Amino acid sequence: MSQVIIKDDEVDIVIGALQSDLTSFMEAWRPMFSRFHLIIVKDPDLKEELKVPGGFNLNLYTKSDMDKVVDSSSSTISFSGYSCRYFGYLMSRKKYIISIDDDCIPAKDSKGELIDAVAQHITNLTTPATPFFFNTLYDPFSEGTDFVRGYPFSLRSGVECGLSCGLWLNLADYDAPTQALKPSARNSRYVDAVLTVPARTMLPLSGINIAFNNELVGPTLLPAFRLAKEGKFRWETVEDIWTGMCAKVVCDHLRLGVKSGLPYVWRQERGNAVESLKKEWEGVQLMEEVVPFFQSVRLSEAAVTAEDCIAEIAASVKEQLGRSNPMFARAAENMVEWIKLWKQVRSL
Amino acid sequence: MAASRSSTPLLKDELDIVIPTIRNLDFLEMWRPFFQPYHLIIVQDGDPSKTIKVPDGFDYELYNRNDINKILGPKANCISFKDSACRCFGYMVSKKKYIFTIDDDCFVAKDPSGKEINALEQHIKNLLSPSTPFFFNTLYDPYCEGTDFVRGYPFSLREGVPTAVSHGLWLNIPDYDAPTQLVKPLERNTRYVDAVMTVPKGTLFPMCGMNLAFNRELIGPAMYFGLMGDGQPIGRYDDMWAGWCTKVICDHLGLGVKTGLPYIWHSKASNPFVNLKKEYKGIYWQEELIPFFQSVTLPKDCTTVQKCYVELSKQVKAKLGKVDDYFNKLADAMVTWIDAWDELNPSGSSGKLANGAAK
Repeated sequence: MSQVIIKDDEVDIVIGALQSDLTSFMEAWRPMFSRFHLIIVKDPDLKEELKVPGGFNLNLYTKSDMDKVVDSSSSTISFSGYSCRYFGYLMSRKKYIISIDDDCIPAKDSKGELIDAVAQHITNLTTPATPFFFNTLYDPFSEGTDFVRGYPFSLRSGVECGLSCGLWLNLADYDAPTQALKPSARNSRYVDAVLTVPARTMLPLSGINIAFNNELVGPTLLPAFRLAKEGKFRWETVEDIWTGMCAKVVCDHLRLGVKSGLPYVWRQERGNAVESLKKEWEGVQLMEEVVPFFQSVRLSEAAVTAEDCIAEIAASVKEQLGRSNPMFARAAENMVEWIKLWKQVRSL
Repeated sequence: MAASRSSTPLLKDELDIVIPTIRNLDFLEMWRPFFQPYHLIIVQDGDPSKTIKVPDGFDYELYNRNDINKILGPKANCISFKDSACRCFGYMVSKKKYIFTIDDDCFVAKDPSGKEINALEQHIKNLLSPSTPFFFNTLYDPYCEGTDFVRGYPFSLREGVPTAVSHGLWLNIPDYDAPTQLVKPLERNTRYVDAVMTVPKGTLFPMCGMNLAFNRELIGPAMYFGLMGDGQPIGRYDDMWAGWCTKVICDHLGLGVKTGLPYIWHSKASNPFVNLKKEYKGIYWQEELIPFFQSVTLPKDCTTVQKCYVELSKQVKAKLGKVDDYFNKLADAMVTWIDAWDELNPSGSSGKLANGAAK
């Protein structure tokens, strides 16, 4: 397959800063990040000054920038914690966005070489996806592989890839109960594959190491669903899981692909899962209820853009889930408001 | 919480290895450390007067075309001749719970550390642990050692469903179709992907019969490899056909299909021009077959594999008969297969078949 050449100015790397000293994070990623423009968004709850090393082409957004765009007195949209990165998505005008949690550094592949996660995400996003039939040799557009015997020829050109979901070595993205029960479990298995998650199959879309085509699916990556006691560790949140299910429904409807697999990042130890377990788990229980909803929601033929799709999903959420719990009704409202914001910011 | 298994049971009295062959079985020497505990069912294709030498020390039964004709009588016409599709006769006569089938040009592969891969052991691991077809786990099979369900994976789906099929892969010569082989004759699969995963519900895949295992009690009757080879307009779609039927039925019955590890080393590249002749009808018929299988629904009262399969055969006749008369014949053969299966495997039967004893 011919290599797609991307201009560096088509990419934004959006980092949500939940810790104030980003020096070691940025230095670790410098070889991969330095070519590109960065958007750093500071968690509005973070009191300390951000420390960011020089030599990067970046824009920094803080609470005061958020307050100019979103009226916090009337809006329920929150950019607190991990959701701060969504402000970066809102502000970006680039075609491709890559976002990595600030407690992750480059991992090494099975040969011991540092993985350029940015380059791999770009490759994933700029080669076709194959959601309508499973290829047993995984991504057929990777080097050294192809479609297998029996793969329908009419499906071999694939569709555009909307989302690229990477993985994590060391501390995998487990929930708190799993992490608490297996405190020493570390992911050391390097699975050398990218694959397209088939159409109509749901997945838990982790926000830790993610990239997307902003032009195709940008409005879909939104802050909507917050747990009552959402915290500053990934296993105390499900906001990305909610957003991910919306994004998969949108991609399935618009016939876009979602890839999962490479690249890996190395996720560092942080936090105590047992402590997190002491918090309330109402929110996690709520997520069980939404799975049948997302698996069965269907959008109308009139929904031809990501914004249209989100509006329809929000309406369905309000109607079908909102009745049973106000948290869903609020999520639906946030989704509707986000689309308004999205259009507003772009019309300036 | 997914539990990890520390040692895999051998299942030597519960598993048969089915091997179709037309040449010889020299390849078994390399597999001896892994295969010797098991009973082999050899299905000899082609000229029945030829003697196939089985290496010493293996416990086996062998069936040639004469045996197949004798055992099945008029129903023998559902078993292909001059095509490895004849292997499914082996599934039918087996009395075991599990089947592993492998081609005679497949050898033991090595993992990246240089260790020889016991493919059979991995298939058994795959079959004995649940599948997860309703929601994709981004860390792949959560029941494998060293991994688990990720955050966001619904707790209500973490028990999984029984695994009916384990589909293994191939290093060296990849399983490409003829056009791809012609364009890329030198491409070799050198990428060892260290994962097993469940093919999600509602998703079809190309099932290759080179390195395949399944739970015969759960899905056996769906593993009919169709009408191929001598006297048929098509070849090299036997395993594909079985795979699509099997997947549709597994989805309907709530069973899982896994793909990925184990790898075997595929040594022989078949002639792409010969393959093209066999495949070419399949290549364009496929474009009708795929929408058919993607939209098939089976009624709720199809609660057994046989009922599902017979219902499928009716739909094949109704919807694919107009694509080519071959599909009318295939639909009839599907019914013959089920009749033969039920005759040879009456419920509650025990005891081996009289014919086909080890020579």
